[in-house]
Amino acid sequence: MQEMATHAIEFRDVSYGIDGTQVLSNLSLQVARGETLVLLGRSGSGKTTTLKLVNRLVSPTSGEVRVNGESNEKADVIRLRRHIGYVIQEVGLFPHFTVERNIRLVPQIEGWPEERIQSRVQELMQLVGLGTELAKRYPHQLSGGQRQRVGVARALAADPEILLMDEPFGALDPLTRDELQREFLSLQQRLHKTVVFVTHDLREALRLGSRIALMEAGKLVTVLAPSEFLKSEDPWAAAYVRAFGNGTESLQKRGTT
Amino acid sequence: MNVVRFMLHNHTQVLELTLEHLWLVGLSTAFAMLIGIPLGIVIAHRPGLNRPVLTSANIIQTIPSLALFGFLLPVPWLGARSDRLAILALTLYALLPIIRNTFTGIRGVDPAVMEAGRGMGLTESQLLFQVELPLAVSVILSGVRVALVISVGLATIAAAIGAGGLGEFIFRGLAMVDNRVILAGAIPAAILALIADTGVGWLERLLRAR
Repeated sequence: MQEMATHAIEFRDVSYGIDGTQVLSNLSLQVARGETLVLLGRSGSGKTTTLKLVNRLVSPTSGEVRVNGESNEKADVIRLRRHIGYVIQEVGLFPHFTVERNIRLVPQIEGWPEERIQSRVQELMQLVGLGTELAKRYPHQLSGGQRQRVGVARALAADPEILLMDEPFGALDPLTRDELQREFLSLQQRLHKTVVFVTHDLREALRLGSRIALMEAGKLVTVLAPSEFLKSEDPWAAAYVRAFGNGTESLQKRGTT
Repeated sequence: MNVVRFMLHNHTQVLELTLEHLWLVGLSTAFAMLIGIPLGIVIAHRPGLNRPVLTSANIIQTIPSLALFGFLLPVPWLGARSDRLAILALTLYALLPIIRNTFTGIRGVDPAVMEAGRGMGLTESQLLFQVELPLAVSVILSGVRVALVISVGLATIAAAIGAGGLGEFIFRGLAMVDNRVILAGAIPAAILALIADTGVGWLERLLRAR
């Protein structure tokens, strides 16, 4: 029970710098079990670095990142990563593996029995809405949306508690993005994973996030629930709302003139 | 036609020299792969090393082959048998295309694929054997193909130091001012080069990752 009480992920005063540039300064943030925390910010705000600190693709210069209450510097890095799903914008599917081999890779190197792997692959393909006829295809034979679905299925393969998603829908056309966002929500209702989701799209953040952590120039500006975000008086949050609001307003203006 | 008649008449010797030639080329290319591929992998992962290694291989490549054979002749163990010496020299020449292509092939793997693999918890050796090498294999093989074709040609010069091979006919023909004899060495060598080129080219396409 004590373990359940701790946060899934906790950043304790984390800073990260490389070659004299401070990428992240004194970040403190907790991610609760089962929530979708969105890291919102523009390019270079440090949101991707924050994400990579969790699975130790990046190690902090100072401070500490805890996963399930344990410092992730102490954990075995390979084991740590195999228990955290990771989805990136470029998907990064192995181009020489079929869809099926891409999905089954982690269970396979984790030594699952063959039958369990096979049923898991089928279950996952169904879960993310991929027809079984796609199992033998190669990534280059898929559409962008299908590739991203495979990426999600692959990340979920070993049933990790935590899922890290770095602008997973950023490169998709608006219709496919909308579809995948909707599916993400229904998936999350069933699975209750702890998700850290990076995006620069406020609409996506409002739609998917339990909470939104706004970042700017390597600092955490504020953490707000989506409903609070629109009303927030924080200058950065307000600037974001204005930038996205303007898009729709100008469209309306165009319609009236 | 005279050439064909000459070759038919001396077919045992043609065959013998061709086999010698194959031995020189095959063994030296195998050594060059054994050294060059691991070295290429290492320098692809250690950015500081690629320049010195590639530069050294480049410099070796610029030494005229006849001079290199000559330089190595007084070396004790090597000089004792000219085929050892020829194999060493041919190995050195074959290194550059193999190292360079291994390096290029591995560097050419999409960084997003590597990052996804690392993020999923693949170990460095799993990344190498399951991702980098399969994706780089066709580029590496095209380096081997270049090395083989160069070697087949260079190995003819090995006859100058008495290492045998099809160069024997060529040098003999030059001395005798007899084109038939020169061609009896040059034609099989050209055929060997073509076979090596198409054979490895076929393997390359077969193993090309999608």
